[in-house]
Amino acid sequence: MMRTLKPRLPRAFLGALASLLLGGASAAEPARAVVELKAFMFAPTALTVTAGTAVTWQNLDPEPHSVASTDGAFRSGALDEGESFTFTFATPGTYRYVCSIHPQMTGTVIVTGRP
Amino acid sequence: MPRLDPTVSRRDALKCLAFGSAGTLFTLSGGILTPFDLASAGSSAATGTPFFVQISDTHIGFNKAANPDVGATLKLAIERVNVLYAAPALVLHTGDITHLSRPAEFDTAAELMKGLNAGEVHTVPGEHDVADATVSEYFQRFGAPSANRGYYSFDHQGVHFIALINVLNFQPGGLGALGEAQLAWLAADLKGRSASTPIVVFAHMPLWTIYQPWGWGTADAEAALTGLRRFGSVTILNGHIHQIIQKTEGNIRFHTARSTAYPQPAPGEAAAPGPLVVPPDRLLASLGLTTAPTAKRHAPLELADATLN
Repeated sequence: MMRTLKPRLPRAFLGALASLLLGGASAAEPARAVVELKAFMFAPTALTVTAGTAVTWQNLDPEPHSVASTDGAFRSGALDEGESFTFTFATPGTYRYVCSIHPQMTGTVIVTGRP
Repeated sequence: MPRLDPTVSRRDALKCLAFGSAGTLFTLSGGILTPFDLASAGSSAATGTPFFVQISDTHIGFNKAANPDVGATLKLAIERVNVLYAAPALVLHTGDITHLSRPAEFDTAAELMKGLNAGEVHTVPGEHDVADATVSEYFQRFGAPSANRGYYSFDHQGVHFIALINVLNFQPGGLGALGEAQLAWLAADLKGRSASTPIVVFAHMPLWTIYQPWGWGTADAEAALTGLRRFGSVTILNGHIHQIIQKTEGNIRFHTARSTAYPQPAPGEAAAPGPLVVPPDRLLASLGLTTAPTAKRHAPLELADATLN
């Protein structure tokens, strides 16, 4: 996913800087994944990542959405069209979430241990 | 929009509702709330004191094609209230005050609503008002009457008003929910109250399931309705769906109000709910408010919906 996400730019820059300082060690760059909010759906609806992955939700709908885990582990504010929210999953587990504005939209992130 | 005389039949009143308008005025005549046309309310002193006005879904912060200036249409709605022949005792805002729960949106809405010529303004939040990460912006401004719980009750002119919150803790599948703590509070609030007390309940999402696939309902509403059925006059006012849908079940009248911001599609008539773009010259006719014109005792409360055009 090579979309230009405003909030990702500084992270990408910091990541590149870290790579330079650390002699290009790719371990300094956290794993990333993207979930799109489109047509009142989370895509993908279910996502599996390893612990430490930064997941970014990007709202592509003209309607605002949000990302709210049902157990309170993470909660974005309202995301207007084009806005995004990133959460880094440190702990393995199954995280269910909804859009708090349109709760018929549901999704799951399954976080596995590091390989 | 036909002019409506306050003495017309209920069937005529409902006919007027089908046309709708900017806000709904409710009259209390003897215990039943009856909707009443705001346009005629403004010109007829014979109807008595305007009792309360319901405004809903102002969505301050929304700026897309369906209505690029929601501040202007809220101002129009406020002007409609202010030209009533007397200030209504109460204005009830049934939620989605803002679009994105942002501080600047709440501030703008509060500033505009200061222009309301009304005795008291009461609010309940919509899901758009509690969408901030900390769920705090609404409660900082409007949380005092409910001690930040979102639900509370008060009495006015012999009518018992109950504000409920059903936009937190959504159920899987998308329906709103009241939750056990609120239901227990409601049962205690109603306990010992005379069945002849007129009750007005207001909450953002409909307290009956209008369209489940879009989450247009409240999962545990039945538990609340059970406690309300013994009362002789219950009026339940909601917003959320940006269109008038109503029904009567025994002594309970359910009524949803128009938005002052933008219309939404009729249930199931689009892939998803959301702002409906209508031709610019038809926008104001699709926005409105609801009014209750008088607070006479021992006669039905009347409700009227009025459009902003």
